[in-house]
Amino acid sequence: MSEIRYTKDHEYLRIEGAEGVVGISEYAQQQLGDVVFAETPPLGKALKRGDPAAVVESVKAASDVLAPASGEVVAVNAEVESAPGIINEDALGRGWLFRIKLADAKELDGLMDEAAYADYLKTLG
Amino acid sequence: MRYLPLHASEREAMLARIGVLDIEALFADIPADKRIDGLLDMPLAKSEMAVERAMTTMASRSLAAGSGPFFLGAGAYRRHIPASVDHLIQRSEFLTSYTPYQPEIAQGTLQVLFEFQTQVAALTGMEVANASMYDGSTACGEAMLMAHRLTRRNKAVISGALHPQYADVAATLAHMAAEKLVRLPPDVTASEDLAAAIDNETSCVIVQSPDFFGNPRDLTPTAAAAHARGALLIAVFTDPVALGAVRSPGEMGADIAVGEGQGLGNALNFGGPYVGLFATRAKNVRQMPGRLAGETVDAAGRRSFVLTLSTREQHIRREKATSNICTNSGLCALAFSIHLTLLGAAGLERLAKVNHANAVQLADRLSAIPTVEIVNAHFFNEFTLRTPRPAAELVEALARRGVIGGLPVSRLLPGAGLDDCIIVASTETNTDADRAAYAQALSDCLSMKA
Amino acid sequence: MNVQGRPTRPETAASSARGTFTGNRGLDIEEALIFETGRIDATGVDIDEPAPFRSKLGPHARTTAIDLPGLSEPEAVRHYVRLSRNNYSIDAGIYPLGSCTMKHNPRLNEKMARLPGFADVHPLQPVSTAQGALEAVEALANALLTMTGMAAVAMSPKAGAHGELCGMMAIKAAIEARGEGATRRVVLVPDSAHGTNPATAALIGYSVRSVPAGEDGNVDVEAVRAALAPDVAAIMLTNPNTCGLFERQIVGIAEAIHAAGAYFYCDGANFNAIVGKTRPGDLGVDAMHINLHKTFSTPHGGGGPGAGPVALSSRLAPYAPVPYVVREDGALRLVEHAEGGASFGRMCAFHGQTGTFVRALAFILSHGADGLRQASEDAVLSANYVRASLNDVMSAPFGERPCMHEALFDDRWLKDTGLTTLDFAKAMIDEGYHPMTIYFPLIVHGAMLIEPTESESKASLDLFIMTLRDLAIAMRAGERERFQSAPVHPPRRRLDETRAARQPVLRWTKPRPA
Repeated sequence: MSEIRYTKDHEYLRIEGAEGVVGISEYAQQQLGDVVFAETPPLGKALKRGDPAAVVESVKAASDVLAPASGEVVAVNAEVESAPGIINEDALGRGWLFRIKLADAKELDGLMDEAAYADYLKTLG
Repeated sequence: MRYLPLHASEREAMLARIGVLDIEALFADIPADKRIDGLLDMPLAKSEMAVERAMTTMASRSLAAGSGPFFLGAGAYRRHIPASVDHLIQRSEFLTSYTPYQPEIAQGTLQVLFEFQTQVAALTGMEVANASMYDGSTACGEAMLMAHRLTRRNKAVISGALHPQYADVAATLAHMAAEKLVRLPPDVTASEDLAAAIDNETSCVIVQSPDFFGNPRDLTPTAAAAHARGALLIAVFTDPVALGAVRSPGEMGADIAVGEGQGLGNALNFGGPYVGLFATRAKNVRQMPGRLAGETVDAAGRRSFVLTLSTREQHIRREKATSNICTNSGLCALAFSIHLTLLGAAGLERLAKVNHANAVQLADRLSAIPTVEIVNAHFFNEFTLRTPRPAAELVEALARRGVIGGLPVSRLLPGAGLDDCIIVASTETNTDADRAAYAQALSDCLSMKA
Repeated sequence: MNVQGRPTRPETAASSARGTFTGNRGLDIEEALIFETGRIDATGVDIDEPAPFRSKLGPHARTTAIDLPGLSEPEAVRHYVRLSRNNYSIDAGIYPLGSCTMKHNPRLNEKMARLPGFADVHPLQPVSTAQGALEAVEALANALLTMTGMAAVAMSPKAGAHGELCGMMAIKAAIEARGEGATRRVVLVPDSAHGTNPATAALIGYSVRSVPAGEDGNVDVEAVRAALAPDVAAIMLTNPNTCGLFERQIVGIAEAIHAAGAYFYCDGANFNAIVGKTRPGDLGVDAMHINLHKTFSTPHGGGGPGAGPVALSSRLAPYAPVPYVVREDGALRLVEHAEGGASFGRMCAFHGQTGTFVRALAFILSHGADGLRQASEDAVLSANYVRASLNDVMSAPFGERPCMHEALFDDRWLKDTGLTTLDFAKAMIDEGYHPMTIYFPLIVHGAMLIEPTESESKASLDLFIMTLRDLAIAMRAGERERFQSAPVHPPRRRLDETRAARQPVLRWTKPRPA
């Protein structure tokens, strides 16, 4: 049973048991425009919440993707390096960036659920 | 004032639309005690004729290189530039256009850059080149920083035969960026042991070929030694025409090739503007500084060119950019490209052959003079001369006789024990009469000690 | 994460049929690459084969062929003339790019730069034979000192960004000389700054601390005080700033910075607004680069070359890089080595962009003290005229406040039209104009920054204004298709920049046989 949470910075964390899958939200990929490059973190890296973890670039902008929660990187999506466009096509699915072993379940309380994120997007105008 | 089109009555009308009484109202944000009423220590406006007169007089107080026998190189070379080059670069659309940020109305510049990048890559034997840097010395410094990023190490090893000013630029950059630099002692005879200086902390080895003293180098063993330790080879050249006769950086295993492009298409200009050439392997392209023109299509499916991979650059990546470079050397790159297009490979090879032949003839003549020694076993169009007389005063004595005989090494490497060395260059612009004049003047100077 | 992107691929495909056999249309010519038209054995330069000689290349001779074609002279001239016709240029029309100062490039400058006593002089000739060239460097340096009211000027930086690096290196050297190099590691940079500012600071190991602009578009001295700490080495400010506004609190900011033991770097890209009206030295600036290719009319050449000499305060003058020109016993000489002094080192080989100096000097001599002040006044007048003529149809982020030499608008006036700043810019191209700077500064949404400069006639400004008004009205009236498909008239329509970045093709390669 997976549950999705969001940060104010438009990263998502899909919780799958003790692990979380990180990517950028649908809103983020739309705003960025066509993604031309993505760089994932090295396997085994220990991330703290808020650390710059990955990079997603469109033609006109470069974005640091910050870790939504603390944990060790256990998998990265090799497909985004060769076909960055999948981040636009399917940001929440095939466009995932990396997977972490969640270090601290309490951090999840600080993240928005789907409904709260939708409300937050409305305030951005 | 001939460059200011607005008339007094128009200024009035404009002020009225803006809704202020006088122009000073638009400068109201300047603190009152910091305002000045014009520049008091400067003369007033001059007519075109007056400016021309003043500047022509000023220019007449220099000796133009073309006015007599001229044998000076050391990083900048006097070339015959075909007349079309200077004419074409002065076309309004090339001279007075900006960086091609709106590609629909800049295909001229963008296509030229694409051709330039292809030419530089082909000439250096590398896979990809950028749209130019300021000059060879800053390109060399940027290559060093790129090597640090690629290897995640921060120690550069610099050959003792790299142009001393290039080495100084790299040293300044390394000190400021808190990075390490190992600078080998001056190496006149291409006998330094570079491999011994490379260790597991080295990010790059920077070697020039043909080197500052004129020696072409085989960089293949150095490339192998660097790669064995996980370091990169940066190959430097200061005369692009040399690549028409000697082995290219790519052939010899360089990871990054940088050099000075002034020797094609660009006048001496007392040191600038020049054009930095920068090329590397395709896999390193994301870490390469500078602008890049790439091929694409437009909405109607037509082949077009556009600046690309801009997310490496300062206007997007800001503090994480690969470099802070913005303006580069576009017009000088165009001049380089036009000259090389006119030459083609066949013309370049012949031009290089003439440069070499002239240098060989000069070396033969000069080494026939008693007490004159030519240090180089091999050379392209530059060699190092040794005489019993201190080089600096010898060069001055030659100048008094109307011959610009070369660079006294002590000018760029004071205190290195090379005070008897002169670096002599010979290009296609030298004639038999020039060589005869040099030989005579040198012989006179050495025998008369005057 | 930063989500600032925008479309980089044309939304609609258009027909490529041009209705002619060649694909050309009148004077609009399709031109191939030299690699497609040239021949490997062709050359447009006659070079005599040298008499037989004994090669001294030894084992170093090139053994592989260079795969580059040549063209005869007529073919080469035709190639470049045709390419040039696909370029917009300031000689052809107004080029209103904010902070670029695209003013007229006088041809007198080109003539003077080509005098043999400037152009045909080698940088390492005996100094006694290069006095004329050294005089040009000295004369320009003195003029820059007069205009800035500062103590010294480093002439060697090759462009504005290179000048920024030079100025920041001088600051770092001064701080290290005081023994504070380990503690002062931070540079304050406003979020409106040009990207070269933080890039430069990072290059020499500083971390960047952002200072926000206030509601009025200016940097507030209180915001600076809040960001100041013993770890601050310097602030980098642009004045006038990238919103086209004079930093009203600059004197107070300079005082706060100096009181905290830090230095004030000023980005001089917008100097054109204040020459002859105020002097950066009087405002407390420690280092300021000057873009000769902006304020002093040297041509942009399709992306360079420029020059970025850096004026230095007396605090920083001792650390200036080599080389520099000194006058001794009536003659000029070059100081090329640090000679035990405090110089921080060297920025580039040789002496700097002398060719560019000669052009700038011709411009300065032509204008003189009175002309330079008039130029600044006209630049500011023209920008305000444009602003006042458009602010009823377009929205300005800082209200009715007068600007300096450039006028800034945002995209609030496009709300609900479904159109963007980009669409507006592309429609200007169809009207025969190069667009203004777009999406910069980053602190304003959909920014449009217009700098007309002093070399536009009133007639030119009036037509430009009327055209923009017409476009603005059409956009608000809902004419979407016209704007989203623009431009349609230039040699190319909107380009697929996504494809260029995803599948980079950065050089020509011979197509494989089918």
